[in-house]
Amino acid sequence: MSRAPFTLLDEGRAVEVPASASGDGVRIAPDDLRAALGWELKPQGLCLAERCVPVRPTSGIVHHDGVDLAAFAAAVERPLALDTAERVAYLGASAGERAERLASLEAPDFTLPDFDGRPHTLSAFRGTKVLLVAYASW
Amino acid sequence: MVITIALDRCADDPRPFFEAATPTHPSLIDTEHRTADLYRIVNVPTGIWIDERGRIVRPNAPVFGNDAFVSMHGIPSGPHLDAVRAWVTEGKLPFDDAGVRARQKLPTPEEQLARAERGLAWHLHRAGHSEAAERHFVRAGELAPHDLTIRRGSMPIRGLDPMGPPFMELYQEWMATGRPYYEKLPD
Repeated sequence: MSRAPFTLLDEGRAVEVPASASGDGVRIAPDDLRAALGWELKPQGLCLAERCVPVRPTSGIVHHDGVDLAAFAAAVERPLALDTAERVAYLGASAGERAERLASLEAPDFTLPDFDGRPHTLSAFRGTKVLLVAYASW
Repeated sequence: MVITIALDRCADDPRPFFEAATPTHPSLIDTEHRTADLYRIVNVPTGIWIDERGRIVRPNAPVFGNDAFVSMHGIPSGPHLDAVRAWVTEGKLPFDDAGVRARQKLPTPEEQLARAERGLAWHLHRAGHSEAAERHFVRAGELAPHDLTIRRGSMPIRGLDPMGPPFMELYQEWMATGRPYYEKLPD
């Protein structure tokens, strides 16, 4: 099966990865998955650094034509929004990871542009009390 | 230090507010809803207090600068503004760590999937695939019907008026559920 470019939005960061996309799902070669997301298929399962998730034959993760993207996302407990026709998917952050970070009370860091396009990073304001206010025009 | 974050599709949408207020504090734009994802922001305005060590000392809560809509949401601006002054001038905190945790609303798998659907929709929209984007904006709203940053926030992107009939319809649907429009911080 041909492997045309497929766009993976890893928490918003776009990575192009060769993949086959059909009614059966989106399949990515293990080497390409590792290059795109860092997860590696090893004898003990899918691993990212020291963390491994077991891959059972019944989990539907590994197929002859590659790793199934939806089954992979489920195995690593990340939400996946997929548009097979448009060849793009968004891999979000799991509720568990986000909840753990918030409950740690350590303010999650971020960098965003101001109205002139200049970037600002929250952690650069250490030493100062910060009142963060989210608003919108809508 | 106040830091404002506009959860808007571009800098031009909130620019009139910025130009009218001429703030000296950092005024940031978050088109990707990165902070909504990191802090579980589901409506605006939302305020979060972060202390000198970078710790959350008052969790996400609706906060207001004035009482223009207080009859609608029942959250007067005064008590929060007084509490901010007491924090800044006297170092007085409303809660200890356990109190902050007890009042935090943590994201659910459905909310995180909704954010992924919204992220995909936003990407598709900017790539010019508006029809595909529409499907995913709708799906995101179905997954997190209470998330106004998704449902109302996507209206301008989808060509809907966020102050007009589409919003009134959303508001009425919301009121029929009996849920408060703003998730008030428990005392």
